Amino acid sequence: MNDILLKVTDLHAKVEEKEILRGINLEIRPGEVHAIMGPNGSGKSTLSSVLAGNPAFTVTGGSAIFHGVDLLSLSPEDRSHEGLFLSFQYPVEIPGVSMVNFMRAAVNAKRKYFNESPLSAGDFLKLMRQKRAIVELDNKLASRSVNEGFSGGEKKRNEIFQMAVLEPRLSILDETDSGLDIDALRIVAGGVNQLKTSQNATIVITHYQRLLDYIKPDFVHVLYKGRIVRTGGPELALELEEKGYDWIKEENR
Amino acid sequence: MSNAVDQYLNLYGDYREAIGSHSAGVLNARRDDGAEALARAGRFHVRGDEGYEKTSVDEMFSPDFGVNVNRVNMPVDVGASFRCGVPNLSTLLAVVVNDRFVPSSTLIKNLPAGLTVCSLAEAAREMPRLVEKYYAKAACMSDASVALNTMLVQDGVFIHVARGTRLEKAVQLVDIFHSSTPLLAPRRVLVVAEEDSHISILKCDHTQGEDAACLSSEVIEIFAGRGARVEWYDIEESNASTSRRSQLFARQEEGSELHICVATLTNGVTRNDFHIDVAGGHASTRLSAMAIGSDRQHIDNSSVIRHAADYGSSDQLLKYVLDGNATGAFEGVIEVCHGARFVEAYQSNRNILASSGARMHAKPQLLIYNDDVKCSHGATTGQLDNNALFYMRTRGIPEAEARRMLMQAFMVDVIDTISLEPLRDRLRHMVDRRFAGVKAGCAECGSGCPD
Repeated sequence: MNDILLKVTDLHAKVEEKEILRGINLEIRPGEVHAIMGPNGSGKSTLSSVLAGNPAFTVTGGSAIFHGVDLLSLSPEDRSHEGLFLSFQYPVEIPGVSMVNFMRAAVNAKRKYFNESPLSAGDFLKLMRQKRAIVELDNKLASRSVNEGFSGGEKKRNEIFQMAVLEPRLSILDETDSGLDIDALRIVAGGVNQLKTSQNATIVITHYQRLLDYIKPDFVHVLYKGRIVRTGGPELALELEEKGYDWIKEENR
Repeated sequence: MSNAVDQYLNLYGDYREAIGSHSAGVLNARRDDGAEALARAGRFHVRGDEGYEKTSVDEMFSPDFGVNVNRVNMPVDVGASFRCGVPNLSTLLAVVVNDRFVPSSTLIKNLPAGLTVCSLAEAAREMPRLVEKYYAKAACMSDASVALNTMLVQDGVFIHVARGTRLEKAVQLVDIFHSSTPLLAPRRVLVVAEEDSHISILKCDHTQGEDAACLSSEVIEIFAGRGARVEWYDIEESNASTSRRSQLFARQEEGSELHICVATLTNGVTRNDFHIDVAGGHASTRLSAMAIGSDRQHIDNSSVIRHAADYGSSDQLLKYVLDGNATGAFEGVIEVCHGARFVEAYQSNRNILASSGARMHAKPQLLIYNDDVKCSHGATTGQLDNNALFYMRTRGIPEAEARRMLMQAFMVDVIDTISLEPLRDRLRHMVDRRFAGVKAGCAECGSGCPD
């Protein structure tokens, strides 16, 4: 059991009295890529928000154990330090906070969590340079405010850049393909694939099969009405692409 | 008549001669006018008066403050106790201890040609005609606080920039309160920038020690001549026992530029008024302000920008971040007079309440008696952006630090209005420190106060 990275058991969550997750079960091991698909409103983004600790959602039952740690008891910042990363569907613009200050605060907060001294200015800049290259992120963006005035593609590349810097054990990519043209998609997916090791894992949340051509999943789960109603291999994604979600809805009426 | 007014009128009645004997003719000549106006007003403004929804000036003045009528020197070694916190900014420094003007040696030795910075009383003695031409000419005597200041003020600061003189160095005025007993300091600044001159002035307000209540009664008059450019920066870093009633009156001639930036970082009760008379055509005005409040701080800014001529422009940006039980207020009026065509005037007030106990009152107003103008105003009050907060936390930034970063970020555009780069950097640092909860001024101050 030691090699289970994340074990979600019977997870229930609600937002403003509305139950959205109604018993999620999921097991993820290091080295795996899981795709979570499902029609609009099935709870995909809620699952990622709840795992990341968004205070807008209330967990009403179940558990999530992350490499032996009770994930749900941690603050969002400690979940990050423990190795969880969420790539946002809509990365937030933060006017007045420069990318470089934002990243420095993030990197040093993590170092502090592990009782390490802050990174020197030189080492920090070197780290930024290295990681930017992975997603071909323009250096000019470093002096700009976080995500402010970034194009859709730049925002998503910026997410993967942050993921590269923070080196998470588990990354959740929430609709990372939305708003991307094919070139940007290739760069973003290429970044994700470069960061993949036998030690970390990825959850890819997506509507469409398209992204899965670039990021190959080991498992595909279908989420519907707050539950995982079907799990299969990559072929399940192709089947969904061909047949749509109606048969899933039909089966779970 | 309110007790507050009564006690100062009595004081003036008893010490009229002593007050005058330590001052100068031009200032003395207006004292009785001040006393009459104060008696006529009967009281200072109280809460609920037009423009004073949240601040009672009468309450600010009602404690039994002393006034240093006989000019007893406070035993404070200014050079040792205060070090300027603005590095890389070489300024022409003068200090005002309570209401006493103390020039620095660099100011005396290195005064550039065309610039006069001296004691107002001295200027009134040495160049009475010049001082008389401007003194109490912009300030509105019918206001009780102005009347009181004019009645009691014995000295102040006089700054004159000769025609065409463009100063590279900024003049810095450091106001320090230092008193073991409750003290009212009437402070006065008169700035005359002649035609085509440029000057930047930085004023910093501090209070040393924590014990005695202090009240600063400030009247600042600025005259910007044709094509002159005046920058006025004002940073308050006082303490909970300090009240400040500051009124700035400016008159702008044709083609002049006036830029005012005021930051209230720590204070007790503050009411700042800005009355700007854009009298000449093609003149531009920029007013920016930031207010950072926590605990029980109270910060009230009020502006009246009056456009009386064609092609004037004004831009106002005022931002507040209030935490704890702090209260803030802003009332701003843009008046475009009849016949003042093609005026562009904008006003924006944005506020963040960082706690459930903080309160903000905002009242923007436009009075437009003319067509052919572009004017806008807007006021928003809200909380920190929860989405941004969550986003930062998912990147590992602890909540408290994320909140601090967002509050700092909120003030960035006010700081960016400052054109003196070292001051901009310094203020950014001071704001960071303020939000981090580090006590303002203590790092620089060597006064060795028990706290």
